Amino acid sequence: MFHNLAQLMRYRALIQSLVARELKARYRGSVLGFFWSFINPLLLLLIYSFVFAVILPNRSPDTQPYALFLFCGILPWTWFSSSLLESSNVLIGGGNLIKKVLFPAEVLPIVTVLANMVHFLLGLPILALFLLYYQHASISPIEAASFPLVILVQLLLTLGLTLILSALTVHFRDIKDILSNLITFWFFATPIIYRIQDMPVAYKWLFDLNPFTHLAVSYQEILFFQGPFGHWRWLLALAVASIALFLFGYFVFDRLRDSFAEEV
Amino acid sequence: MTRPVIDVDHVTKIYRRYARRRQFATLKSALLGGTLVRDLNPDETFAAVRDVSFQVPAGCTFGIIGRNGSGKSTMLKLVAGITKPTEGHVRVDGRVSALIELGAGFHPEISGRENVFINGIMLGLTKREIATRFDEIVEFADLRDSIDAPVKTYSSGMYMRLGFAVAIHVDPDLLLVDEVLAVGDEAFTHKCLDKFAEFRRRGKTILLVTHSLGLVERFCDEALWLDTGQARGAGDPRRVVARYISDVAKSEERQLAADEAKTRRAVATTTEAPPAEAAPADPPAAGHEAPADMFLATEGRWGSREVEITDVTLTGEDGRPGHIFQSGERIDIRLKVKATAPTRDFVFGIGIFTAEAVLVYGTNTGLEEYQPDDLAGEGEVRIAIDRLDLVEGTYKLDVAVHKLEGEAYDYHRLLYSFRVKSHTKDVGIYRPAHAWSFSPAIRFKPAGQRGPAGQR
Repeated sequence: MFHNLAQLMRYRALIQSLVARELKARYRGSVLGFFWSFINPLLLLLIYSFVFAVILPNRSPDTQPYALFLFCGILPWTWFSSSLLESSNVLIGGGNLIKKVLFPAEVLPIVTVLANMVHFLLGLPILALFLLYYQHASISPIEAASFPLVILVQLLLTLGLTLILSALTVHFRDIKDILSNLITFWFFATPIIYRIQDMPVAYKWLFDLNPFTHLAVSYQEILFFQGPFGHWRWLLALAVASIALFLFGYFVFDRLRDSFAEEV
Repeated sequence: MTRPVIDVDHVTKIYRRYARRRQFATLKSALLGGTLVRDLNPDETFAAVRDVSFQVPAGCTFGIIGRNGSGKSTMLKLVAGITKPTEGHVRVDGRVSALIELGAGFHPEISGRENVFINGIMLGLTKREIATRFDEIVEFADLRDSIDAPVKTYSSGMYMRLGFAVAIHVDPDLLLVDEVLAVGDEAFTHKCLDKFAEFRRRGKTILLVTHSLGLVERFCDEALWLDTGQARGAGDPRRVVARYISDVAKSEERQLAADEAKTRRAVATTTEAPPAEAAPADPPAAGHEAPADMFLATEGRWGSREVEITDVTLTGEDGRPGHIFQSGERIDIRLKVKATAPTRDFVFGIGIFTAEAVLVYGTNTGLEEYQPDDLAGEGEVRIAIDRLDLVEGTYKLDVAVHKLEGEAYDYHRLLYSFRVKSHTKDVGIYRPAHAWSFSPAIRFKPAGQRGPAGQR
């Protein structure tokens, strides 16, 4: 397993060019092309702002301007959920490669996660513009320094999950359908459209088990809320868990690797 | 002796099939028990490759032949490392490029240029290596004008050419080829063969899976014949191919015999109506009466059976009964006949038809002015055809014995079939015995250097 993991470093160039291809191919043929990477999060933001400012107004003074608050959670969530959804299909979709070319299969889910990460990173300048626009920026140097760490933790967590999901989906195709519903539930079970403090106290332990809670809260504390980054202990715990999950995910993937060419 | 480049050691590959329900049952146990791999018990196993061993020395061109489903492609995937053997070991030295499916990694939306780079990286090249070979690749694929168009706009031929060009320019030590030559047009196939020849000259190793036996004979240094996953023969390509061809002919023979037996059984059941009764009204081409239009009739048997044809055999040059003959070979048609009462009024006839029921030739003893004198008890009629000058294909046979004015004793309509094989892929039905000759200004290369289609 660790041998294979080390091998993975050799495929950097491959991963890099596949991510580039993924991004290029996605908007190929559309008029706005690459701008969709910016427009998509903007539109998403507009929709949520409309819903929670006009239809179901959120009057909590702590989360004003609400659109900005939302954006801090939705942007990373989109990266996370798209990665999971796409990766569940990625080995089956890339069946040709796995069956006909000697090809390290783990590259496929990794590329999915990284391509979505690029979209996330492209959304960040828009977020920054909004922060400037609302004069909301309250990012201390410590917070700025921990921001990449949050991204790294999310990357590891997402990679671990996608490795498991993509490998298992080859054998149990039901996962694809279960997942799309689960993701919707997961979204509402995560403090993205509400604050962590708004959660019922009795169930707080349950919410704490949700790894994305800590990522969302970290993003919000760093980017949105005033005051120090108080959630760092949780983030560190999650970082450890994410590393473990990534290794476990890679282990599962590696164990199932030989079956892909037959089952895809 | 130097170390072989490919060493396949007692390799068995078992594919498993799972039933649907079982997957559901194991999802839970697999997740909870954590015994993911062990819990997936197969419902059915199927050995694609069984205990095959072979070695390919460096610089050798090695051919694998066999029928569809004989495990050839699985073998190639095992050597390529795409699948792992269930038992045994596969060892391969050096850089491998597998031409299993050309352009397998192409993304339809992006340009040929970008696909060349990505495909090259997938096959193990660095960006720089691809850049230096890029022009050569495009040149080889003959795609200079459309290299910047998205691959989805390519024709399948262009797609294959580009895939082949990239794979071949990886400059592997070992090239695995699976039947890819079948895709291109004539010109491209020649280009590929030239490239293979260049590979051989440079001492590279090629493993070739193909149905083109001529290619194996001309091109390979060694061949392996796989049959239902097992090695049936290995060694000198000519000998292996010859054994393979005779085996294929044998099984075709069995198939034809079985088909024929089936037709005859089907006819027998419809003709068992007692001959004393009036002719059955319904069953077409069966029973006592001849069908209204002889030439529209399908398989069948009719006649009064006062004289009966009890057996029909075809024998080839070796005198053994069979169904497959070489074009130009001698064949004998033997009819066993039995007269229930002596008769002085009888004619024997045969007709040869193509598979599309076009009459190739028909004759009878009446037309050839044999005067019947006496027929009693059992006897044999033999029609010797010195040269079966038919082109390759399946032919059907009518045999009959009837009265001089036509009323049938026993008419067997298209009940027998035989196949004519030929090395020459000429067309039509009849091949007149012929020879070419040329004045001195017109020259051909000496025989043996011609393509697989040439006469051997």
